[in-house]
Amino acid sequence: MADDLKPQPIEILLVDDNDDDVVLLEESFRDSHFVNLLQVVHDGEEAILYLRRQGRHQNAKVPGLVLLDINMPKKNGFEVLQIMKSDPVLRTIPVVMLTTSTRDEDIVRSYDGGACSFVSKPVNFEKLKEVIKQFTLYWTLVSVIPPLRMADAGAANLK
Amino acid sequence: MTQEQTTPLLDILIVDDNEDDVLLLQESMRDEPSVNLVHSVHDGVEAMAYLRQEGPYSGAPRPGLVLLDINMPKKNGFEVLSEMKGDPQLRTIPVVMLTTSNRDADVMAAYGSGACSFVTKPVSFDRLKVMAGHFVSYWTNVVRVPRVER
Repeated sequence: MADDLKPQPIEILLVDDNDDDVVLLEESFRDSHFVNLLQVVHDGEEAILYLRRQGRHQNAKVPGLVLLDINMPKKNGFEVLQIMKSDPVLRTIPVVMLTTSTRDEDIVRSYDGGACSFVSKPVNFEKLKEVIKQFTLYWTLVSVIPPLRMADAGAANLK
Repeated sequence: MTQEQTTPLLDILIVDDNEDDVLLLQESMRDEPSVNLVHSVHDGVEAMAYLRQEGPYSGAPRPGLVLLDINMPKKNGFEVLSEMKGDPQLRTIPVVMLTTSNRDADVMAAYGSGACSFVTKPVSFDRLKVMAGHFVSYWTNVVRVPRVER
């Protein structure tokens, strides 16, 4: 797999309430041909509905990875993280916190809650693009993520 | 972003019983100024002793990240992972599984037990070196890990 260094495509759920940030992130991912931004949701409650395929998300595709903002209405990122990591099906999906925060306590709290990485959003767009480029190289070339069909099968079993 | 100039050195603990793999890993990261391979241990029992600063490891520096093999004598990688994640002091240290395995069941079990990432060891050194470069960029330029007191 990793041996021939062929990128593995990855499908991402982006959870972020800031429309400007979403536009900049979409733009940054545009050149990442192996990343598919499945869906953008704007608060924590909708993220959980999406992941559990409830409401208008009944046909939602299970993401390979979740990019999760911290400060959001309804349910914040820590609450979403806590719900995901207590759920036997959702807990295997890697969660990367993506936030404007650089506070040490937010970093510790994220890893303590089971996040797999903590990324501070750069304010500068060029730097954001560079961060997203390195992020993409890592998650498509270096790290393997859980196979989607198994997560799907798990979700089906629980129904 | 926010850090750049102030990016602290990332201290990595390698846990791997295969001496050749450890040497290749050290060699692949040798030219990376932003990582410090603090120590290598060769089985799971030694890994826990190091992390808990027991015995010969009293005063051992806390790593910023652990690279953890799966198949090892005494205590395997999954056992180490579950002990770390069950320990309030150790659970905030990100753990990256680094293994020859690419079995779906191992990938699922690793993430389900709190691993941050699952990396399959490439066979060729050239590929290892490319992967090591991306690995270091990600964990030092993109990601922040909990700050370690020096």
